[in-house]
Order: sequence, then structure tokens, then C-alpha cells
Amino acid sequence: MNILVFAENTDGNFKKSTFEAVSYAAQIAKQNNGTCTAVSVGNIADEKLTELGKYGATKVLSYKQELLGKFAAETYSKVISHAAQNDNAELVIISNTYSGKSIAPRIAARLKAGIVTGVISIPQTETGFKVRRTVFSGKSFADIEMFTPVKVIAITPNSFAVEEMPQTCIITQLDAGLTNSDQVTRSVEITRNSGKIVLTEAEVVISAGRGMKGPENWHMIEELADILGAATACSKPVSDMDWRPHTEHVGQTGITIKPNLYMAIGISGAIQHLAGVSSSKVIVVINKDAEAPFFKAADYGIVGDAFEVLPKLIEAAKAFKRG
Amino acid sequence: MKVLVCISNVPDTTTKVSFTENNTKFNSQGVQFIINPYDELALTKALELTEKQGGTVTAINVGLAETEPAVRKALAIGATDAVRINAEPADAYYVAEQIGAYAKNENFDLILTGRESIDYNGGMVAGLLGEMLGIPSINVITSIEIENGMAKLERDIDGGREKLECKTPFVASAQKDLTEPRIPNMRGIMAARTKPLKVVEPTTASANSKITGFEMPAAKGVCKMISVDEAGSLIGILHNEAKVI
Repeated sequence: MNILVFAENTDGNFKKSTFEAVSYAAQIAKQNNGTCTAVSVGNIADEKLTELGKYGATKVLSYKQELLGKFAAETYSKVISHAAQNDNAELVIISNTYSGKSIAPRIAARLKAGIVTGVISIPQTETGFKVRRTVFSGKSFADIEMFTPVKVIAITPNSFAVEEMPQTCIITQLDAGLTNSDQVTRSVEITRNSGKIVLTEAEVVISAGRGMKGPENWHMIEELADILGAATACSKPVSDMDWRPHTEHVGQTGITIKPNLYMAIGISGAIQHLAGVSSSKVIVVINKDAEAPFFKAADYGIVGDAFEVLPKLIEAAKAFKRG
Repeated sequence: MKVLVCISNVPDTTTKVSFTENNTKFNSQGVQFIINPYDELALTKALELTEKQGGTVTAINVGLAETEPAVRKALAIGATDAVRINAEPADAYYVAEQIGAYAKNENFDLILTGRESIDYNGGMVAGLLGEMLGIPSINVITSIEIENGMAKLERDIDGGREKLECKTPFVASAQKDLTEPRIPNMRGIMAARTKPLKVVEPTTASANSKITGFEMPAAKGVCKMISVDEAGSLIGILHNEAKVI
């Protein structure tokens, strides 16, 4: 099975989710006597590309045309489809990041390929081709059989461990022959939340709800998150009241996340909230109401007031970091 | 300006999910269905855009007769007319092919979808449609303004935001923050009864994938309680026992 994996870079650097995707692709290749080829789009140093060999890619197809310096779904999907055809790929793997989500379906339509996003399993290939994804925002899983000869799957970040599988990796420069007319959207300005950990990729998430009483008290949440190298998140009411930006809202109508540790402070745990976080490996709930439904979904719980518990946690976390 | 808004009919967010037929079918018994919340934002935005500069908003849904209340609600909220493609929405690819086949000859300036449906969470229709129609697709937009066929948009990107520009026609998917959903008023509900709702038979297309089964996540074990006085010990437990920090 020829496998092509998109090695997404952000401003010339690979993120953990990229290594996860390459490592995932290499494992499938190994199980199916296949090849694992990575495709890179945009400006990135060749030595960075070689790094992909560490996770099992034997070949990198690199497209560095100037026009590809900025991400646009229409150009990136053309280039990746070009790579897929060039490499006779039967399976195209993409990380389900915001950019990944915007190109995966376009690639599928170009290649007339079946597509599944939000994948959380290694495909079963003994009989047919089956993958598992989360549905109902994490309330359940679905197993999906794909029928097309070429398939596109987008995998959820944090679902697979990065594993080293060193290979000699050959870099080939390619040109998909795009012209300016291929790019219709024009990026005007990009603002990154500098210094902040991206919520969807965070391994530890500190989240808070109405129990915090007001946005002015969030410095405690931020402090704890800072110490633990965590991303911050919030419940729907908090984002609805504009205490926090919508980009922090986790739950059924917000973001679904899958960190190793999810700590919920002052969140009661409505079914819609649980949907977005129930795939977390370990859940800690801190709530002054012992009857809060969230405790039923938690691994560790503290029944207590956030304003009493947080200072203790911050102190302990500081001491822990000092070693 | 001609706007098409894609509407999905989904279980209400409070639904306790369960399955039937040996865990192969969603159990819709007693489930309240609603317009997908993100699609509702797309619809409201479409109305705001056309109210400002004139135009029509068509709501489109791929579904059997049972989805008609959702389509009628779209009309009550303010859509000019509606189309229901009379087919079971087998998978996202199938749905996009159906909508694409309809949109191909209609010259829409803008096609809006929700960011994803809250049932199957695929988030694929916007991109599939864009590619099938040969026009750009812009995911997770939080703001849009259109003047003389040129749109200024903002969208979420990984760890930030992007401002971009795009000429119509294109497809965009609605993210939270795009606008506030609009609640239909009595006049809207009355008007919806007589607004045109066209039922179109599907074009030939086959599904590329099939759900073979569902499974519920494993139940959590017992929650280990820590007293407030001992709260600080949690950090050590998370490091030594749970091994997550």
C-alpha cells in the first residue's frame, strides 16, 4: 500500500501533530508492506525535511514554489493531490488541524477518494478497510468502512504516540505547475496567540466555568496553566458571557479535545460539555457542589470552592516544578 | 446576491446517544431534532448579508421527508425559499455531490455551511463542495463582509486568526462568533407555510463509506476523592500515579 502523509509546517517548523501523522503513516506502511512518503508544502529547510525520516518516511516530496509560501486550501489541496498521483498513493493521511480539515475534503474530491475525518484508530485492513472515529462530539465512536480505491483520512491530534522508526529519507523537489490564477483567496494578516499552547494539541488543559465568578479571576487559571505548561479552556456559558474567547470553549458546540489531563474547575459537567472532553485520558474535577454530574466522569475529584483549592494547587505545582 | 445555505438536521445537543439494531443505527426514538447550530449561524449570517445589500437566501437540505420541519424552520427564520433533496444522507461525499449537482446551474455568489454537524462532526461538506464546483472554500469563518463581489473574512487558524480576502463565488463554513442565531417570530412562522419548498430527486451517486457499527466509550471507574485540605497532593498524584504531568 502506497501511503502519502501531509507534513504540515507552521512558519518553517513541524509541530508534534505532524510527527504523529508521519509516525502513524509509517506504522500502517509497515503492517501492509507499503511505503511511507511525506509531502511538504511551502518554505522549510531541507534539514527539517530530513527529520521526517526519523519517524519512518523514506521519501519527502517537497513543493517550495513561492506562491505556496502562504496557506490557501485551494492551492495546497492541488499540490497534495499532485503528489498523491505522482506517488500512486492509495491512502492519503492528514492531521485533523484547522488547515488539515480545510484541505482533506478538497483532496478527496480531486482524487475521487472516500474520506473520513476525526480518525482515532489504525485502519483495519484484514477484510476491507475500516477506521474508527469519534461521533456526537465524543459521546460515541463509529467504525466506518471505506470502499474507494484511494482513501483520505484525517487523524485527530493527540490520538497516536510519536514513535521513532529511523529511515534514510530522500528529498525530491517537485513543482505542481501552479500559476497565480490558482490562488483565489488572499491572506491579508495572520495573528497568532504568541506564547500560548494550542488548545487542540495540548497535553494538559486547565479549564474553568462559571464557578470562577468573573473574568477578573482567570489569572489563577492562567497561572496554574503556565506552571504546568497547559492550555486554558472554558465552558460554554463562560464563552457566551464573553468572559473568555470562543476559541477556548470546549464542548459539543465548541472544540472537542483529547488531552492527557483535563482539569475542570467550577464546571458542573452538562452532557454537552462532557461530549467535548470525555476522550481525555485523565479528568480532574473541582467543584463545590458534591452532586455535580461531572464527578461521575472524573478520575479524581475535589469537592471545594475554586478560590480555596486553586491557591493550594498553584503552590503545589510551583513546588513540583522546582523539583 | 444569491446565497445558498446548507442545513443539516441533527439531534438536539441534550440527546442521550444510544443505538439500535445491534449498535449499527442511531436510536432516534424520542429524540428531538434541530437545525445544526452552526448551520443556523450560517443562515442568520446569510440573512444579515442579503438584508444589507439585497438578494435571496436559499436553504438546502439532503434528507427524507422527516427532515422537513428543519427546512420549514429555516424558512421561518427568514430564508427566501428552500430545497430538499429527497435522499438519505449516506455520507458527506454523497451529500456534497447532491448539493453540488443542484448548485452547479444556479450561480450562487456564496454558499455557506456550518463548521461541522454536531452529530457526525465530519466538517467535510464545505471543502468537498468547493472542489466539486471549482471554487475556493474557507473554513471556520468568524466574520464576513461582501462588497461588489469582494469578501473580507476572518477565520480561525491553528493557534490564531487570519484575515483574508476572496472574490465571490466561494464556499465558507460558519464558526461560533460569526453571529447570534435568530429565533423565528410569529410572522416568520406564518410566512414559512407559504414559502416555496422544492423537493428534488437525487442525482445518481453512490456512498464511498458506510458506518458498520457504533460503540460507547468505556465507563469511567470510581472517582478518587481528595479533600480540600489535601488539595495540594493532587499534583503529586497526577505525576506519580496518573503519570500525566
